[in-house]
Amino acid sequence: MTVEQAFTERMDEGELMNCMRCGFCLPSCPTYIQTGGDEVHSPRGRIAMMKAVHDGLTPLTDEMTNSLDVCLGCRACEPVCPAGVQYGHLLEEARTIIQDYKKPSVKEKVVRRTVLNELFPKNEQMNRAVGLVRFYQTSGLQKGIRKIGFLKLFPESMREMEKVLPAIPKRTRTDRKRLLATGEKKATVAFFQGCLMDTMFQETNQNTIRLLRSAGCDIVIPEGQGCCGALHGHAGEKEKAIEMAKRNIEAFEGMEADYIVLNAGGCGAYLAGYDHLLSQDMEWRERAARFKAKIRDFSSILIQHGFDERIRFKKRQHRVTYQDSCHLRNGMGVHHEPRQLIQMVEGADYVEMKNADGCCGSAGVYNLVQPEMSMQILDDKMKNVKEAAPGVIVTANPGCLLQMKLGIERAGLSGQVEAVHLADYLNND
Amino acid sequence: MNDRLLKTLKGITNGHARASQADLLAYSYDGTPGFQAMPDAVVSPGSAEEVSEIVRFCRSEGIPIVPRGSGTNLSAGTTPTAGGVVLLFNRMNQILEIDEENLTVTVQPGVITKDLIDAVEMRGLFYPPDPSSMKISTIGGNISENSGGLRGLKYGVTKDYVLGLEAVMPDGSVIKTGGKLAKDVAGYDLTKLLTGAEGTLGVITEATLKLIPMPSSKKTMLAQFAAMDQAAEAVSAIIENRIIPATLEFMDRATIRAVEDFAKVGLPLEAEAILLIEQDGAEAAVNDEMKLMKEICEKQGAFSVELAKTAEEANNLMTARRSALSALARLKPTTILEDATVPRSKVAEMVEAITKIAAKHQVTICTFGHAGDGNLHPTCITDARNTEEMHRVEAAFEEIFKEAIRLGGTITGEHGVGEMKAPYLEWKLGASGINVMKLIKQSLDPDNIMNPNKIFGKSEKKRVVVGR
Ligand SMILES: Cc1cc2nc3c(=O)[nH]c(=O)nc-3n(C[C@H](O)[C@H](O)[C@H](O)COP(=O)(O)OP(=O)(O)OC[C@H]3O[C@@H](n4cnc5c(N)ncnc54)[C@H](O)[C@@H]3O)c2cc1C
Ligand code: SF4
Ligand code: SF4
Ligand code: SF4
Repeated sequence: MTVEQAFTERMDEGELMNCMRCGFCLPSCPTYIQTGGDEVHSPRGRIAMMKAVHDGLTPLTDEMTNSLDVCLGCRACEPVCPAGVQYGHLLEEARTIIQDYKKPSVKEKVVRRTVLNELFPKNEQMNRAVGLVRFYQTSGLQKGIRKIGFLKLFPESMREMEKVLPAIPKRTRTDRKRLLATGEKKATVAFFQGCLMDTMFQETNQNTIRLLRSAGCDIVIPEGQGCCGALHGHAGEKEKAIEMAKRNIEAFEGMEADYIVLNAGGCGAYLAGYDHLLSQDMEWRERAARFKAKIRDFSSILIQHGFDERIRFKKRQHRVTYQDSCHLRNGMGVHHEPRQLIQMVEGADYVEMKNADGCCGSAGVYNLVQPEMSMQILDDKMKNVKEAAPGVIVTANPGCLLQMKLGIERAGLSGQVEAVHLADYLNND
Repeated sequence: MNDRLLKTLKGITNGHARASQADLLAYSYDGTPGFQAMPDAVVSPGSAEEVSEIVRFCRSEGIPIVPRGSGTNLSAGTTPTAGGVVLLFNRMNQILEIDEENLTVTVQPGVITKDLIDAVEMRGLFYPPDPSSMKISTIGGNISENSGGLRGLKYGVTKDYVLGLEAVMPDGSVIKTGGKLAKDVAGYDLTKLLTGAEGTLGVITEATLKLIPMPSSKKTMLAQFAAMDQAAEAVSAIIENRIIPATLEFMDRATIRAVEDFAKVGLPLEAEAILLIEQDGAEAAVNDEMKLMKEICEKQGAFSVELAKTAEEANNLMTARRSALSALARLKPTTILEDATVPRSKVAEMVEAITKIAAKHQVTICTFGHAGDGNLHPTCITDARNTEEMHRVEAAFEEIFKEAIRLGGTITGEHGVGEMKAPYLEWKLGASGINVMKLIKQSLDPDNIMNPNKIFGKSEKKRVVVGR
């Protein structure tokens, strides 16, 4: 079978036809805007290409594949689409097909192998690794990669990234399986750690747990959970993503928790899409749907339990803004809650920056494989940051957090502006 | 396209010409279902001079030119069915001047409608034409389709605001028409001729538009009815009572449900029809007229008439209405919308006729539209893969056109003829009407390079939809 035949067989025709080409999504698409209004890099154009290949109108060309590669997968085109086109699903299926049939470039292969196969599937690996860049130095990968000039393969942005990576804390395992609510118990939540959050951002996880407990949540942390599979899914490694989904569903099934809570929008939106991922699988479909129904971002849980009314934080006077996580906003529909929580902090002078809902250009491994577009988007974002002139940028996803740190560095704002995760922001100075 | 031609186009535009399969595909469609065709190249000129050079070159080579804004038109106006060069204006997208003394704005054709509206509103000025697609559509497209909008009833349509144009004619010459003038009768009104010409007579490269002062206040109201005909009667009654609201929009039950499903602004799911009414002007007058319209609606049987409490709520209602067409697309794979327009007093009759025709042909038609303008959008939700049903859809639309014309109306109020409605143009114009238009076209564009196949059908063919 050719890649085109696979498009014909595997792409969801109903979903493709659902796009009526009204163009309502165009102004929300970062790549359309960045390319000065190039339809090739618009959601409508991408859907048209998928459909044309599906319909047998055209072979899949390199430029078409490139257009799908340049797509951030930020799904900003979804909530604005009146026809309700599930673009994210179309993109993922198209990428999976392309991945099945095309030979990736050497550079891509290295990134993929490092990031997708070695680093992310296994928490144990991540635990040993010390940061994305330093990981390659300490692991066996280094030698082979050196030979082909690993660092040269990576864009400048990646080298800059090294500067902004947080110091990796020494691992502190919480051995207890259940942490009790401080005060009156209102719910039991199972905590999804996320692989990045569990290594590079351990402290953020601890802070999240602390906040949840003071909101009246008993916390359980199921063993056996792993990476959400988002990076793999978005990169077209569907089989791998399915494997990880099953593992997580199994891990959480036994827990009698009211919610499954996490603090990374990227993971959250992906977990909430497990039912679609497993929709072809009779046995797992139901289990995935039950799992999905419980997924919440921690900010929603805090608001839901009246946390903002009961708890007060006091900080020195400062100006603060919020950068939406695309997946949290477009995938999970959460955008009021983080803003509401920030604004309850005493001393916080909240400013909404322009285009706060626009992708920051991080998008999983996007900043590694599409450095140019990613940096273009980031530098534009930093212009808006400068205009809003905050002292703190709050984010709700590790990818965004790192990207904002990188942006601050690139814009020469270090020392003046600080990027922090919402869970780390919510405390007393 | 052969390399020599592409090279020439690149030469003229400093590299802004391309022709990869992905490029051609991405410019092979517009907002019209059922039409798709590949161009030979896609070119983004940066100035009127570059446009002129492209036109001269294409004319000498006999290559068709399809000017394209954002490709949101609904009449296959930018589908390159004769191939050729798609001309984009994404590099000609600047607001050149806002003249607060003469109350005009001068723009390049690629400016997005909403950006223009926002820019003038920042100066307390008002540009009323607001097609539902305004966040995406370009001024060049608006002018070329003579687009209407939600505020058309009181403020008119795009043509009422076009004061002057700069255009490249099919022979490559650059002309300027009109100007910042309130009055101008120097010869034929070429401004009006080019407005609504759908890119068939030349390329608009600059436009000077009229602005008016911002009305000092605005109120928005939602009236709910338990029957479609009550709402339609209310429209006629409001106008009979000599009230011209800024907006008077109609939505039937199916449309309400689809829109609410998307926009979640609290539209009433139990209503059979709603009217969205907006009035602006001096506050006292607005209040009086809103009160009067409320009474009229209630007299016609409205079971609820409520004012929006905040500007945000009002804005949400209007935005929701703008999504109607695309929101209907969530119901079925294919959405085919029509644009039949009748004299205002005939709206009730037309609504009734649409219901009957839909029942007769067993097709699902949802209706919404600019009721106050007599401009309805009966929209058929169907599946292009079902050929048998598609025949019934065609038959139903044909009958709707006929009925509109019988009531003294037209086949298209604001979406243009394009290629989709070309076969029906004669029904509206008659043979002699078409002939005059053809003579104009032939004398200005004897080689037929400007957007060929549009407006004038090859013959009177009876197909609403081709392929899928
Ligand atoms: C969801 C939706 C809602 C809509 N609502 C409305 C509405 O309320 N009212 C309404 O009137 N229309 C409406 N439309 C139709 C459409 O948006 C309008 O016709 C709009 O003006 C088209 O603008 P565009 O920039 O997309 O032009 P395009 O679709 O790109 O082009 C339209 C026509 O203009 C020509 N053209 C474009 N630029 C130039 C130029 N510089 N010189 C010469 N010719 C040119 C093209 O050749 C073509 O014939 C709607 C469409 C959609 C999808
Ligand atoms: S994806 Fe949705 S918004 Fe975009 S063109 Fe298609 S129908 Fe319109
Ligand atoms: S996912 Fe983001 S980048 Fe991709 S088409 Fe949608 S809006 Fe554009
Ligand atoms: S967001 Fe990234 S790091 Fe976190 S679980 Fe998902 S893939 Fe792993």
